[in-house]
Amino acid sequence: MSIVVKDLCKSYGAQKAIDGISFQTSSRIVVGFLGPNGAGKSTTMKILTCYIPQTSGMATVCGFDVNTHPMEVRRQIGYLPEHNPLYLEMYVREALAFIGSVHQLENSKKRINEVIELCGLGEEQNKKISTLSKGYRQRLGLAQAIFSDPAVLILDEPTSGLDPNQVIGIRNLIKELGKSKTVILSTHIMQEVEAVCEQVIIISKGKIVADDRLNNLKETHQNKSLEDIFISLTGSNVH
Amino acid sequence: MLSILSKEINGFFSSLAAYISMAVFLLVTSLFLWVFPDSSILDYGYAGLDSFFNIAPYLFMFLIPAITMRSLAEEQKDGTFELLATRPLSDWQIVIGKFLASLLIIVLTLVPTLIYYISVYQLGISKGNIDTGSVIGSYLGLILLGGAFTSIGLFTSSFGKNQIIAFTLSVFLCFVTFSAFDSISKVISLQSFESSLTSLGINQHYQSISRRVLDSRDFIYFLSFAGLFLLLTKTVLGARKW
Repeated sequence: MSIVVKDLCKSYGAQKAIDGISFQTSSRIVVGFLGPNGAGKSTTMKILTCYIPQTSGMATVCGFDVNTHPMEVRRQIGYLPEHNPLYLEMYVREALAFIGSVHQLENSKKRINEVIELCGLGEEQNKKISTLSKGYRQRLGLAQAIFSDPAVLILDEPTSGLDPNQVIGIRNLIKELGKSKTVILSTHIMQEVEAVCEQVIIISKGKIVADDRLNNLKETHQNKSLEDIFISLTGSNVH
Repeated sequence: MLSILSKEINGFFSSLAAYISMAVFLLVTSLFLWVFPDSSILDYGYAGLDSFFNIAPYLFMFLIPAITMRSLAEEQKDGTFELLATRPLSDWQIVIGKFLASLLIIVLTLVPTLIYYISVYQLGISKGNIDTGSVIGSYLGLILLGGAFTSIGLFTSSFGKNQIIAFTLSVFLCFVTFSAFDSISKVISLQSFESSLTSLGINQHYQSISRRVLDSRDFIYFLSFAGLFLLLTKTVLGARKW
């Protein structure tokens, strides 16, 4: 079990962002984390990465509790936040070297070349980040997330704003990473889930409404498309 | 912590703003020390750097907030703070790393001013006729004062995303902590507290170190001053967790 979440709640003032969610994931699996905007996906991810603490409940990553062992949790996790923040004034290799020094990795240079190769940044590796296109910035964000070779990857909308070719490139990369790591990714694109995820968790209004293997989920819903399943589980509040 | 420090230093020196603010600092201090007749050493006639050390705190009031205003505000605006805070770094490491980086930049700004000392040393009527001990003490005082102002600058930079607010507030706070206590202690009704009020301000401690009086109380004052504002900075950053 690489991630265990139990009765997790987070409230901002009177508003409950997440309301008692529980799930777990095995290791070496790609998990799709779905839900309408404002359902609590990013909040859950921020708790798992120890950026903000939960109001109640517990969460562990690779056996480390996010409250009592935040440093260990952060060493296990690679995180790509929503909107992919980057140091625009840095150069690509410089940004990766900085991540390496934060993690106190030896042999940082070798690793830089590895992730540049892995994320297809070869042609852009000597450029300033502010000059990169959106697709390459997203690849760099991913490269930073996987830099320390973490056991768990948490990706908040990794393919938003990319063109179809770039989306396929990133998807293949995620699929490849899922063979050796636990990957949790949030997205609004259902084809993406069908293409890369084995497990699907759908949350709505801070509660889990579905948590199953992708094929089981389809079976229990009479083989409807994932899009229809998503709408039937979360859409009632729209009308 | 070292990784934050070197990132900040690299970031600072790769921007034009860094060189401009350093150059302006040197230009203004040179003007005051050598050209403006009111404070020029050539008119003054004594071989000392007093007018430099008198004007430097007021320049630091603007230079240091200009250096520190972006350090946390920009990270929060660009969202890169989330990147830092979810890496294996504690908030303390981030704050101390940034503090030391800004302080180092200020020390580096002071290095070229050694040329003033060398010039005066050479120009003295009998060569070397300058109170070296007082100059060393004043530099030490200036660095401690720089540390105090830097901690104020980081504190206001942690408030949010706006660098202008960070700059304005920290100029104000630097001014208040430097000289307002002296002025307030002159208010008639407060005169019975005059000495305790002035000892709250930075100016008195800065002056006493410059006078070659290396009193442990002044050191403790500066260390606790910086420590207090760094603690406040860390608390403001930790407020996301409330």
